Amino acid sequence: MKPMKLAALLTVIATGGLLLYATSDLPDWGDPLSPANAGDLSTHYIQDSRDDTEVPNLVTAVLADYRGYDTMFETVVIFVAGLGILSILGQGKRVEPLAEPVASEGNRERDMITITTCRLVVPIIQIFALYVIAHGHYSPGGGFQGGVMLGASFILIALTSGLPDALKRMSQERAIFLAGLGVLIYAGTGLLCMALGRNFLDYEILHKVLGGTGVKARYDSMLIVEIGVAFTVMAIMFIIYAVLSSKGRMRGGL
Amino acid sequence: MIWSFDIIILIFLVITAVIALTVKDLLASSMVLGIYSFLICILWAEMGAVDVAFTEAAVGAGVSTVIMIATVFQTARKSKD
Repeated sequence: MKPMKLAALLTVIATGGLLLYATSDLPDWGDPLSPANAGDLSTHYIQDSRDDTEVPNLVTAVLADYRGYDTMFETVVIFVAGLGILSILGQGKRVEPLAEPVASEGNRERDMITITTCRLVVPIIQIFALYVIAHGHYSPGGGFQGGVMLGASFILIALTSGLPDALKRMSQERAIFLAGLGVLIYAGTGLLCMALGRNFLDYEILHKVLGGTGVKARYDSMLIVEIGVAFTVMAIMFIIYAVLSSKGRMRGGL
Repeated sequence: MIWSFDIIILIFLVITAVIALTVKDLLASSMVLGIYSFLICILWAEMGAVDVAFTEAAVGAGVSTVIMIATVFQTARKSKD
């Protein structure tokens, strides 16, 4: 064994041993008295989130309202990751999607059974994704999951009917526009709160725009920012797949 | 939390992780990583973290596996070490 590999193995074993040793300090699973469950902040979330926001799903309330900054910059991270992959691997110049696949580029026989099955499945995936986004207040899900599923439906089209077919529905320009629009929706909601005299992403004041009470405004604003997240995630997931599967040429594909 | 269920999943997690690291074919490795993500997703769903499980199923087992396979197709299929 080479000395470098031996050193790496020893380091990994030592780190793993330390981590295993540290787990003995962690609280038991589901311990109601652990700091994460009994702290002031968690108690506030658990007891008051229903009154603050009317959202039954505590996770959504924390994600989109109390910790709105986190989620906004997660969206920005995805946006920047997509732009980074595009600027490193992409061709830079504007590439027109081809109507028909070029003979030399990925023009193998497409199977009719898979194409037909995916044509049937894609609308169902998209409807379910919209349900996941819209129903995030009540059930697990939200902008990230729904956006990934929407992006996956376009990836499925690209896998079965070929990348040009998917790019006809979601071109590179349109995807970048949607990704930017999503971040704009999220940040714009925050800036609107500032314009109305509150802190960034303090949704309560938005009742002046959306109508209803302050609590209802928080409820509605969460849906708005989730839609923004979904736009960005959907577009960036598809862009990443399109760029990676075609070496940035945006044609041919797998 | 069901202990026997957890332990079975954790054993499979270790097995899939070792397979993903040792197998030479990177396509197989990406697929095994997809299985790994799905096992973790089951574990989280069973522990009650359904939101996280949902994200893991959509991102980890779904899209990232496809993206990794797309990358393998456009780069090298065989691992050198």
